Amino acid sequence: MQPLEPSKPMTRLVTRRRPGRDRPRREGDVADRRFRLLTAAFASTSVVLLGAMALQLARASKPAWRRFGLGFIGGQHWDPSRELYGALPFIVGTVASSLLALLLAIPVALGVAILLAELAPGRLARPLGQLVELLAAIPSVVYGLWGLFVLVPWLRVTVQPALVETLGALPLFRGTPRGFGVLAAGLVLAIMSLPSVAVVGRDVLRAVPASHREGALALGATRWEAVRLAVLPQARAGLVGAALLGLGRALGETMAVAMVIGNRPELSGSLLSPASTLASVVANEFAEATDSLHLAALSALGLVLFGVTLLLNLAARLLVWQVGRLPDGARRA
Amino acid sequence: MSPPLALSRSVSQPPPRQPDRLTPSPTAPPRPPEKLRTLGLRAWHGKTEVLKGVSLQLLERRVTAIIGPSGCGKSTFLRCLNRLHEVVPGTRVEGKVLLGGVDIYERGTDPARVRGRVGMVFQKPNPFPTLSIRGNVLAGLRLQRSSVRDADELVERSLRQAALWHEVKDLLGRSGSSLSGGQQQRLCIARALALRPEVLLMDEPCSALDPIATAHIEELIRELGESYTTVVVTHNLQQAARVSHDTAFFYLGELIEHAETDALLTKPRHQKTEDYITGRFG
Repeated sequence: MQPLEPSKPMTRLVTRRRPGRDRPRREGDVADRRFRLLTAAFASTSVVLLGAMALQLARASKPAWRRFGLGFIGGQHWDPSRELYGALPFIVGTVASSLLALLLAIPVALGVAILLAELAPGRLARPLGQLVELLAAIPSVVYGLWGLFVLVPWLRVTVQPALVETLGALPLFRGTPRGFGVLAAGLVLAIMSLPSVAVVGRDVLRAVPASHREGALALGATRWEAVRLAVLPQARAGLVGAALLGLGRALGETMAVAMVIGNRPELSGSLLSPASTLASVVANEFAEATDSLHLAALSALGLVLFGVTLLLNLAARLLVWQVGRLPDGARRA
Repeated sequence: MSPPLALSRSVSQPPPRQPDRLTPSPTAPPRPPEKLRTLGLRAWHGKTEVLKGVSLQLLERRVTAIIGPSGCGKSTFLRCLNRLHEVVPGTRVEGKVLLGGVDIYERGTDPARVRGRVGMVFQKPNPFPTLSIRGNVLAGLRLQRSSVRDADELVERSLRQAALWHEVKDLLGRSGSSLSGGQQQRLCIARALALRPEVLLMDEPCSALDPIATAHIEELIRELGESYTTVVVTHNLQQAARVSHDTAFFYLGELIEHAETDALLTKPRHQKTEDYITGRFG
């Protein structure tokens, strides 16, 4: 752990180098090294923290792993009263609500980004952009409250009955309209991740060189045609990155989700039924968890969330790389 | 400031005399008809006036070079000729640009239509990355919503005109961005030519290219100049001499001198022109 205590190697360096011939250069050299070590120390904290966190979670969850093994991840039942713990309902709940959120948020965010970057005149684009940025700064519990008092009743009374009536044949829309559930969580998450996706998307679109846009305009393209033909293809990789940011926010969101998802540890194929996510169940049950196995199981859920987030991020990064490579693959430097 | 000269110099170097019944005056050679004329063209970037009233006449099927130091407004002038200046937020244009006698800035004129009639080639090659070579050539027609009757023939003709056909005829399905820089630029020229534009604008078309590719493009400009009214912005006086019939010298947003290229480069009439071409500034 050398980088964490930078003072040691530095003093050693300074004393060793003092008798050097080229004095001013040596001084700069030392300062440079000192700076490098300092930044390296700071940079290493993120790695160290990540490792320490994983280690701690692994240690705390050991009893659960010892009892259920890897079956914990595939376990379909979560019943503390019978000491039965399985993570699958929460994994499914997390992935389903986050993907639903992305599915709903991406088209809207893309539209907002295109408006802000390409279509709106500067006088409108700036205040509008700031407003969108402001949306991203609202605490999640506020979104949760809105979801609880406005969205959930609306879903229960208006939207879900209509969904059941029209699309009830699909398993995705089966069940009693309760309001609380994956659909509500997905909607709240969509609204929460929309602003950040839109703002990053706007910046990505703005970064596309004007000459591409103008190339299309010069051939008689309308604004929209220029965006579709010249801007979006160039911005693909960055736009996927923006969506990834939204996904990150949706995966880890706890409070707002816990308030509207219904918190039932059940596997269900329907968007209407209440569910639970990895984050929401940990927040809900941690205070009441008294026996050690329950605590260990919750820690194990934390570790799983850690893993799911890591895996999805990795996958998304791969996607960014792949997508970013496409137009460039054959292009010369 | 002296009023702009509308090709007054063309009189000074008459081509070999030909019997010409339409122009009885022995000193005036037959002049090609006017294609494009600007009248008091002024343009702003925010509060800065980039063009301060430029009146310039461009004749049909001639290559006109626009020269001048950086920031003199030559690129802006070019971009006013196809209404591209106005797409940048905070810009403004005043004055008239007559294309075939009709003002392209007239109320109710669709800029997209104007851009279909006035083709443009940019400093950096900018083919559409997601389209094939063939798709790039046809992009303009698709955008103009013209029905393409014989697409294959049009693609071949445009690419031949851009002197690219032999290099890409077997790769038409490949991405436009798979070509070399010079080839990409010729693809962009083919893309513009596919619309059969009345005027072809080129904004420093060789400045991102190596010398060999530059030679290719210059040769191409000379050839195209025989059938298209062409305007080339260039930083390079030799290039102006090599490719253009006429040259216009811009300085600080004003047109200082407009004459036949040889005359302007060898016997400039204005002190500023002389200073510029002898390298005293810019």
